Amino acid sequence: MIVVEGLSRRFGTVQALSDVSFSVGDGRITGLLGHNGAGKSTTLRILSTVLRADSGRALVDGHDCRTESLAVRRSLGVLPHGSGLYANLTGRENIRYYGRLHGLQGAALESAIDDLVGRLRLEGVVDRRAKGYSQGERLKVALGRALIHRPQTIILDEPTNGLDVNAVRMLRELLRELRASGRCILFSSHVMQEVAALCDDIVIISGGRVVVSGTPDFILEHTGAADLEEAFVRAADAERVE
Amino acid sequence: MSGIGVVFRKEVLENIRDKRVILSAFFFGVLFAPIIFAVGTSIASKRIVQTQDKPLELPVSGAERAPNLIAFLEENGTLAKPVELTTDEAMQAVREGEHDLVLIVPEDYATKLREGESAPLELVADSSNTQTSGNADRARRLLEAYGRQLAALRLLVRGISPQVIQPVEVHSLDVATPAGRAALFLGMLTYFCFMSMLVGGFYLAIDTTAGERERGSLESLLTLPVSRATLIIGKMLATGSFMAVSLLLTLVTFGIVLEFTPLERLGMSANFGWDVVAGIFAVMVAFVPFGAGLLTVVASFTRSNREAQSWLSVVFFVPLAPIMFAILSGTKSSATLMLIPSLSQHLLATNLLRGDSIPPLHVALSMGTTLLLGALLTWLAVRLYKREAILG
Repeated sequence: MIVVEGLSRRFGTVQALSDVSFSVGDGRITGLLGHNGAGKSTTLRILSTVLRADSGRALVDGHDCRTESLAVRRSLGVLPHGSGLYANLTGRENIRYYGRLHGLQGAALESAIDDLVGRLRLEGVVDRRAKGYSQGERLKVALGRALIHRPQTIILDEPTNGLDVNAVRMLRELLRELRASGRCILFSSHVMQEVAALCDDIVIISGGRVVVSGTPDFILEHTGAADLEEAFVRAADAERVE
Repeated sequence: MSGIGVVFRKEVLENIRDKRVILSAFFFGVLFAPIIFAVGTSIASKRIVQTQDKPLELPVSGAERAPNLIAFLEENGTLAKPVELTTDEAMQAVREGEHDLVLIVPEDYATKLREGESAPLELVADSSNTQTSGNADRARRLLEAYGRQLAALRLLVRGISPQVIQPVEVHSLDVATPAGRAALFLGMLTYFCFMSMLVGGFYLAIDTTAGERERGSLESLLTLPVSRATLIIGKMLATGSFMAVSLLLTLVTFGIVLEFTPLERLGMSANFGWDVVAGIFAVMVAFVPFGAGLLTVVASFTRSNREAQSWLSVVFFVPLAPIMFAILSGTKSSATLMLIPSLSQHLLATNLLRGDSIPPLHVALSMGTTLLLGALLTWLAVRLYKREAILG
């Protein structure tokens, strides 16, 4: 469960976010949609406690991102944009490192790794050094790393960038599974089709402001567009025209 | 604490698997420096031994005019070789390296000597040639000794004690121990030790900061439920252990190499038993937190591997410069100098090598200030790691 209320953030002279509010429910997949530079990554970074907001409030599973950052990070699984692996460690060692930093150890940790390796179909590659991984294999291991502690809330920043069709399908399946088990999933994208294929809710962000949010049907109705792509273009560009 | 341990173990494992790191950390200092050192000292000692053992070969022009002088020279281990050269020819010959030096007895030598005047002698030598200047000094000393002998005889003939013209008599008492004479050579050893420590920590300091950022693994690491202080301290511990291992391996290699180096023939004895190795390690390892802190702090400011590498190569010279200066100027230890990291370790280690006693105050000051400054740099590294800008 994520609640964002009136977030603002400025970098030097650039107002990256102004008064951003939305909420993301458990058991739902929510897409944060916007052009490049609209403020998606900044929002997600504030939620993952890597950045601080100038004003406003962000709650993850009831914990305040500013004052209870450790508690937030404990219940959060994060896949940042272009997240890299340690090339000289094997996939398994990469995942194990994160598990240990989450306080897992021994048999519990190893069985959690084995479980993820099975679900991500990593059996063939997980014991090789990450150096030689394909883009899809890197993403799978990065996902395994982010999910090793079975987080309640999952944040993914542009997870499908540069992936082939198979990897994208694998990712979609995995996210649907996680939704079925009651997790709260927020992911960002600038590709409408991807969001349309997966999301229960959509938050469209432009120029650091939320333009419209709600279910796909609500957004179609609100913008008066015939399809979601048209709705996205209208909503995302609306702010600039005004 | 367990978080620090997890980070530490991962960094060590990851870097041990990196050939580049292992090669530079454990081969540069550990093998390269001691071997250069061994080859250098062997060549130097061979040259000294050769020149000391050989009789001084001295070409003399006009030897027939000074039979007593020649006899005196030959009594004192000189091989006078008669040649026929004018002053200009002799200068030419020395300049061209045909002769190392030439003694010329001018035609009026015998006359002036007989009449009790100052008899001229010409010694042609090249003072800029380090290989022959030792021989020239030997020849000059012999000629002066011969002159003093003649003066004493002339005075005695006139019934005057030769002591009249020697109002002071200087006796030099050389207190240099053989180990002390080796200290200049061995001063280079501490330089190499620092070099290998810094090189040992170089890649880890970069990899844990700029490297982690560049390969995009930093942001996800920062979303884990561990404090940033835990992360950076674990990383610095890994950097520090690589530095300490580099230092230890370098000292051990030096210990082995010096057993086969003919330092005794240079009139030196290396005070380099295994107890001294342990002592030097104990003194120098106090520099590790300071060095790791310095490298990490500087690397934290850089945006990429490349930038970090060029900055750190410059920062290397911050701890090395005082050592270089101390070696060249022969600086002696004092309580004030013990406040300077790297220099204080160098001075203490050099004292250990010389076999001198070390005041406990000096050890306490050196360790105290270096560790304190190390803690300060660690604190600064933690502060820098907590900035948002660390994400780049």
